[in-house]
Amino acid sequence: MIYRRLFDFPTWRVRSPFEELAQMRRQMDRLFEDAATPYQRALAGVFPLINLTEDKDNYYVRAELPGVKADELDIQATANNIAISGERKIAAEVEGARYHRREREAGNFSRMIGLPGDINPDKVEASLENGILTVVVSKAEAAKPKQITVKS
Amino acid sequence: MADTQSKELKVREKQELTSPAEQTTPGLVFTPAVDIFETDKEITLLADIPGVNADDLTIDLRDNTLTLSTSLASVENKNEEEILVEYETGRYYRQFTLGELVSQENIDAKLSDGVLRLTLPKIEKATPKKIAVKSG
Repeated sequence: MIYRRLFDFPTWRVRSPFEELAQMRRQMDRLFEDAATPYQRALAGVFPLINLTEDKDNYYVRAELPGVKADELDIQATANNIAISGERKIAAEVEGARYHRREREAGNFSRMIGLPGDINPDKVEASLENGILTVVVSKAEAAKPKQITVKS
Repeated sequence: MADTQSKELKVREKQELTSPAEQTTPGLVFTPAVDIFETDKEITLLADIPGVNADDLTIDLRDNTLTLSTSLASVENKNEEEILVEYETGRYYRQFTLGELVSQENIDAKLSDGVLRLTLPKIEKATPKKIAVKSG
C-alpha cells in the first residue's frame, strides 16, 4: 500500500503481494455472494431466525417463536439495533408420561439485529400473534426517503 | 419433564417435507417439530406451527392415521421489501400412525401461541368377561 502512495501514477505502479491476496478475497466474496442470492440465509446462525423487511416508514422484524409468551420476551431498541432476548419454556407434563418423540426444545435466546438505517427508538412496537413476533420499527426522519419535486 | 434451565437455543432450520405426497398447491411444505407422549388414558401431541390460525388447521384421523395439515400461513404485507430472509413460510404437513385405538369423538385440540396441543383419549378396552364352565 505504501508503494502506491509513494508512486501514485499508473506507469510506476508496483504491485504489492498483498494486493493479489486482496483481489483473491474480493473474488471469493463475490463467489459467496452469488451463492447466497437471492436470499442471504441464516447469516448469523443465532436463534431466532429473523426476516427483515421495510417499507417507506418502517422496518419490520419478524421471528417465529412458537410457545413463547409475551412476558417472557425482552425487546430493546438503540440507535440502529434491536435486541431480542427471552426464554422458551416447555412446561412439565404429567408424571409417568412415556415420550415417543421429543423434538421441541426449550432454552434461552438472545439476538441483536443491526438495521440498515437509523431508527427512532421511541417508536418501536412489538406484537406476538400465533407464535410470530413482529417488531415494527419506525425509521428515523433522516432515514426516510423524501419526495423531491422537479421544477420545470 | 422439567424446565431446561440456562440452555441456549440453537438455530434449527425448518424441515422441509421430503416426500412430496401429492403436492398440488404451490408453496413450501414443512414438517413441524412435535412432542408426543402418552399416559394410560391418552396420547398427547404438541406441535410447533407458528403463524397458523385455528381456521387454517386441519386435523384428520382415519384408520389409525393422524394427519396434520395447514393451509398457507402468514402471507406478509406485499408492500414491504425484503432485506433479509432467514426463514421461509409455507404450509405444515405431518402424518402419524397411532398404535392404539383412539376415541374419535373426544379428541381435543387447542392452539395457543403457535403451538398445537392435541389430546387423543384412548378407547377403554372391553374388559374380558370370564365365562365359567360348568361341569356336569
